[in-house]
Amino acid sequence: MAQAGKATAAKANSEEYLRMYTQMVRIRAFEDQANQLYLSAKMPGLTHMYSGQEAVAVGICEALTVEDKITSTHRGHGHCVAKGAAFKEMFCELLGKEEGYCRGKGGSMHIADQSNGNLGANAIVGGSMGIATGAALSAKQLGTGAVAVCFFGDGATAQGLMYEVMNMAALWKLPVIYACENNGYSEYTKTAEIAAGSLTARAEAFGIEAHTVDGQDVLAVNALTQDLVARARKGEGPFFMELMTYRYHGHHVGDINRTYYRSKEEETLWTSERDPITRLGDWLTQEGLVAAADLEAIRAEVAEDAEAAVAYALAAPYPDGSEVDMHVYAATDPATLQPGA
Amino acid sequence: MREITLSKAVNEAIAEEMRRDPCVFVIGEDVAEAGTPFKVLSGLVEEFGTDRIIDTPISEPGFMGLAVGSAMTGMRPIVDLMFGDFLFLVMDQLCNQAAKTHYMSGGKLSVPLVLRTNLGATRRSAAQHSQSLHALVAHIPGLKVAMPSSAYEAKGLMKTAIRDNNPVVIFEDKLMYQDKAGVPEEEYLIPFGVANIKREGTDITLIGTSSMVQVAEKAALILEAEGISAEVIDPRTIVPLDEATLLASVRKTSRAIVIDEGHQSYGITGEIASRLNEKAFYHLDAPVCRMGAMDVPVPFSPALEDLTVPTPEGVAALARRLVAGEMLHG
Repeated sequence: MAQAGKATAAKANSEEYLRMYTQMVRIRAFEDQANQLYLSAKMPGLTHMYSGQEAVAVGICEALTVEDKITSTHRGHGHCVAKGAAFKEMFCELLGKEEGYCRGKGGSMHIADQSNGNLGANAIVGGSMGIATGAALSAKQLGTGAVAVCFFGDGATAQGLMYEVMNMAALWKLPVIYACENNGYSEYTKTAEIAAGSLTARAEAFGIEAHTVDGQDVLAVNALTQDLVARARKGEGPFFMELMTYRYHGHHVGDINRTYYRSKEEETLWTSERDPITRLGDWLTQEGLVAAADLEAIRAEVAEDAEAAVAYALAAPYPDGSEVDMHVYAATDPATLQPGA
Repeated sequence: MREITLSKAVNEAIAEEMRRDPCVFVIGEDVAEAGTPFKVLSGLVEEFGTDRIIDTPISEPGFMGLAVGSAMTGMRPIVDLMFGDFLFLVMDQLCNQAAKTHYMSGGKLSVPLVLRTNLGATRRSAAQHSQSLHALVAHIPGLKVAMPSSAYEAKGLMKTAIRDNNPVVIFEDKLMYQDKAGVPEEEYLIPFGVANIKREGTDITLIGTSSMVQVAEKAALILEAEGISAEVIDPRTIVPLDEATLLASVRKTSRAIVIDEGHQSYGITGEIASRLNEKAFYHLDAPVCRMGAMDVPVPFSPALEDLTVPTPEGVAALARRLVAGEMLHG
């Protein structure tokens, strides 16, 4: 496995590994709380759980700087946490509260900590592919050296927009990485039933270098991303990654009876044998980099943080009604509209 | 004052703004060496190069999406959409993404982009190259919509559109590219949401958008010969709409016709007429009337196509009946 080959450098990197472990645990804790909020009818609307896919968001985002941009999806809590967001503002957003990252106007499907380079979660499947590619275009035009990562699921590969923007990204060598999280299901349908041929071959048809990686192995994801980000910064992009992963919950929190499209045995196989958090934790302890008790302490601390943030968000105020027509239009300084300005 | 074509006015506006702000760039199909099929952008690539006048593949949703992302991250793209009819291809990126990003992010992200496209029938281009679809985008909160009626407006509104921090859709009438108007040499901008009273009158208000301003002006001349005094108003932007100027005029004249080249049903004419009816009802001596394009796909044959759009004669005929106090639908 990928981790074994890295054992020599392991000790030096243990701080990074622990950070990745913590970030994955934070995503899982966030989702567990979000699920509880839904089940106890405390959350307006519904939400799409990221649990099971943590190694993808964390492995990728840990290879990025705050200047690098990401675009996220309807299943976006994981990307948001991984790119540096705080629990408190996230839970406030989830509950439609004023202190939410989007002042309660976005909710679960548009949650984003914009100050960390998250250009937004998108509720149109495949809708952000142009935005990520455009962010890469401006990085190139402005010479910022930033890279854009476009997160999307296997379901989004059926959208035509993806092929239009990959074509332009390849023509213009844009610093964008298309990160396809293949969790095996396009909503309630197996990927095999919606995707002809190979997903990576589609990118390769544009001359885009494509990789398939085990999306449950955070170190493998991170190592590949580090390499691709460095090369994208040098103008060698774009790149395409297919990350093989699994969605523990249904398409959304209300998708509970789902044996008609996938078996309980399959779900158990992934949760018990391929869990990204357990895998990294086991490896860290086997390598002697950390004691099991320390990991337990991390999990307990994160759980406590999440609980406190939920309590805070539940008690936090909703936005004032006067905010309903605020932010429809951005202000333009009248001085800039004068001749000679 | 010198006179230049609408095409030249747009070209000058873009060139001036590109010189002023290095973040402004143009992206679209055949915008560089070709200068667009209407040649509106000719010469820009020679001055600004292909990094700022970017030719794309024929991928409207794709380059629209790129522009949205680029606008969110510090640039100010001008998207060139060759025909207004192609708006249907970019609707997700324009209406679900660009229009909503500022709001959905709680004001933290903004999308300062211009989508320049066109409208207008009677060019014998049939149903997929002749539509006037501004009502579609005017319906979506978060978008601004400008409709220049001459070279003067085309330049001044384009410059404002480029400096505005929101997505702005600007519709040029493709039959007006060679029409000349007085355009000052010195720099000027036309603010959004300020209507222009093209001609003062006392008996009826004719509100026209884009090339329908010319139709209204011609109708006013016909009516003048008959002793009817028509006021002609050009809203210049339909989002934001200068409701106050329109209302003041209608309160004075007590009658109004709204003329626009979009389909009449569920369109701009209905929206403006409705606002006037709601807010100037007790000043009216006749129902505010709509004159939009016929509710048919634009036909190819000249014998049919010319029947679909408002004409000066048609406007004058309706105005005559309103002023005479005829029961229109009695």
